Amino acid sequence: MSCCAPGAEMALDLDGATSALPSSQEIRLASRSLGDDLHQTDLSVPTVHCAACIQTIETAIGKLGHVEGARVNLSTKRVSVRWRGDEVPAFVATLGRLGYEAHLFDPEPDGKDKTLSELIRAVAVAGFAAGNIMLLSVSVWSGAEGATRDLFHWVSALIAIPALAFAGGIYFRSASNALRHGRMNMDVPIAVGVSLAYAMSLYETITHGEHAYFDASVSLLFFLLIGRTLDHVMRERARTAVNGLAQLAARGAMVLRGDDTRDYLPVGEIEPGMQLLIAAGERIPVDGNILSGISDLDCSLVSGESAPRTVGSGAQVQAGTLNLTGSLTMQATAAAKDSFLAEMVRLMDAAEGGRSQYRRIADRVSALYAPVVHLAALLTFLSWMVASGDWHLAMTIAIAVLIITCPCALGLAVPIVQVVAARRLFEAGVMVKDGSAMERLAAIDTAVFDKTGTLTLGQPRLVNASSIDPTMLAIAADMAAHSRHPFSKAIAVFAGFSGQPRLESVSEHPGYGIEAVTEGNTWRLGRRGWAGWKARTGGEGKSGGFGGTVLSKNGAIVAAFAFEDAARADAKAALGALQNGGVAVEMLSGDTANACGQVAKALGIDSFVPALLPSGKVERIEALSRQGHKVLMVGDGLNDTPALGAAHVSMAPATAADVGRNAADFVFLRESLLAVPLALDVSRKAGRLIRQNIAIAIVYNAFAVPIAISGHVTPLLAAVAMSASSLIVIGNALRLQGSARSSSAEFAWQDRRARPGMLVQLS
Amino acid sequence: MTTLIYLIPVALFLGALGLTGFLWALRSGQYEDLDGAAARILIDRDDKQNDIRRSRK
Repeated sequence: MSCCAPGAEMALDLDGATSALPSSQEIRLASRSLGDDLHQTDLSVPTVHCAACIQTIETAIGKLGHVEGARVNLSTKRVSVRWRGDEVPAFVATLGRLGYEAHLFDPEPDGKDKTLSELIRAVAVAGFAAGNIMLLSVSVWSGAEGATRDLFHWVSALIAIPALAFAGGIYFRSASNALRHGRMNMDVPIAVGVSLAYAMSLYETITHGEHAYFDASVSLLFFLLIGRTLDHVMRERARTAVNGLAQLAARGAMVLRGDDTRDYLPVGEIEPGMQLLIAAGERIPVDGNILSGISDLDCSLVSGESAPRTVGSGAQVQAGTLNLTGSLTMQATAAAKDSFLAEMVRLMDAAEGGRSQYRRIADRVSALYAPVVHLAALLTFLSWMVASGDWHLAMTIAIAVLIITCPCALGLAVPIVQVVAARRLFEAGVMVKDGSAMERLAAIDTAVFDKTGTLTLGQPRLVNASSIDPTMLAIAADMAAHSRHPFSKAIAVFAGFSGQPRLESVSEHPGYGIEAVTEGNTWRLGRRGWAGWKARTGGEGKSGGFGGTVLSKNGAIVAAFAFEDAARADAKAALGALQNGGVAVEMLSGDTANACGQVAKALGIDSFVPALLPSGKVERIEALSRQGHKVLMVGDGLNDTPALGAAHVSMAPATAADVGRNAADFVFLRESLLAVPLALDVSRKAGRLIRQNIAIAIVYNAFAVPIAISGHVTPLLAAVAMSASSLIVIGNALRLQGSARSSSAEFAWQDRRARPGMLVQLS
Repeated sequence: MTTLIYLIPVALFLGALGLTGFLWALRSGQYEDLDGAAARILIDRDDKQNDIRRSRK
């Protein structure tokens, strides 16, 4: 079995988003000590997906020195490596050689998910109890009498106690928490119904009564816990997938001490005044000034500008920008907690508007439902009291009303639909952080997009390749392969033509370009003024797009390159689908009006606002909200983060800055922007199904409640009615899976049709 | 009636046995990598080193 590792069916098709491998100091910072000189490092390896991958990775890493062992987890796509000693073994490089891209991520504080194991244990206990009690109940219903019935009731009561205490505890805690804060949620009627049913059944058992509802109270818990566990698993899976993405913030930096020693310090320990050494390919950890060195900085994640900025000594740099070409020495002017990044987080917290006020459908329904049900039970008790004068009979019937209306179907109605919808989106590479996000997304009427990195890829693309002499292009591509400047990467793609002269020495001049020597000729690839030192007038090619990048031979310009920011795959199709769905589309960007205008024209966006500061984006979104619009924000940069927080609901691509990814409700992992209309479509369908489910639950109550009030409910009837309503609700939710299949086929078709137009020309 | 005296405890005991079995499996981490477990069955275990490491874990 050959290893089918990279590219075969990658869950995360992010190419080249990360540049440099994490340094060994960085790995050390991210690893956790197991004591006794033993360390554990967890790596996310998105491309691992078969048995051969497991074996290749485990054997290769196991052979490295100082490595105790490696263990691949295929479900979470992670590798945990345990190693000894001070030296960090080169496992990231080893993985890279095998063809697996590995990312570091912060070790989780306690390693395991406590809530999930508590929920699963609760489901197991409730399932055991429900099964056994149902067994005993069936024999009671089929005619056990006298002492036998009493015995069965007692055994049931005993089994129900641990189930109620352990599995029911989750609901009792949540209900009491809600009541203490003066709120109402679905757990309140559940907790009241379950505990009253148990209490009454116990009383019945003691007085040798005929009807006991032990089975109802426990199987209710069992059903509801299944829904809650699935809901949790879904959110956990999305969280794990998002956590496994490459971290884009600096974890630490090399600090230059006064006495010429170097220290690698975590970001949090960097203080203003320290001198930092930033190598090419690293991110700037804190705000500061450049002391020496020249380089190009990629600011797309920070300011939204798509063209790299050249910086030299004296320039101010912001935390989060990526150093592309040369190494820099900088002086920190702010600690990490006062840097640009932290400022964005503060703005975001301040902007937290729409979502904190949002109340989930289930909570809104239960705020109406619970009082009605409890009032109905109370009225039933009072009227039977008046009519018969028998308080025991009145109590029994009132509790039967509570049991029959206990919102089993209602409690399942929302989570089941959301689990099915989230699963559907997960398959399409869209991670949903929580269920309420889908409810909010279904309500939007305006979608606001960031430009760089969201509508466009933030990576330049060569547009005039066909008009350049192939030999020249091949030389340029050979030279470009030596640099990580985005323009170089765009040119390097065109390598492969073999007739060009061999390059003898290549050197990169940060801020200017690349110089190479071949058989006595000097070639330069870079800025027009630097490369074409003999041709000051340079009339070749138009200097549109990203401006004058040229290839020169001994100072004479031989080729000019024009670049543009490539649009994200299917951007136009996605925007069209949104507009068809009745959603207004707007673009907010920190880039120049000219650059925004070109993108807007190419993608058919009517309204856009250029040159916005991060707070400007927030203000625009707040203005829209004040006009009564529900806004979806899609953005990736640090400068979008406050806007992501301010919007009613937010989405970010997997290439977004870390804080942005954490702030967004949805994260889409694939390159195609069709993820946005897909998420909207699935959320709207889910919203419809949720309302249907709630309607079903209410219709069920409309039939069941009169029977209960008239005193004709028996435990058998209650069990049948409750299970039937739950099954109907679940069945209805599963329809989403079916309809999603057909709509996904539809999307695949659109996908294929849109493919030729993928790289929308922007000029 | 007399049969019930021992049949019910037996039934409950067997059920509890299954429950503890499940809780034990959960605690010992057997549900942490379900996809991995399915794939690992295909790996030839001829290298002893792998076995030792697993048993130590």
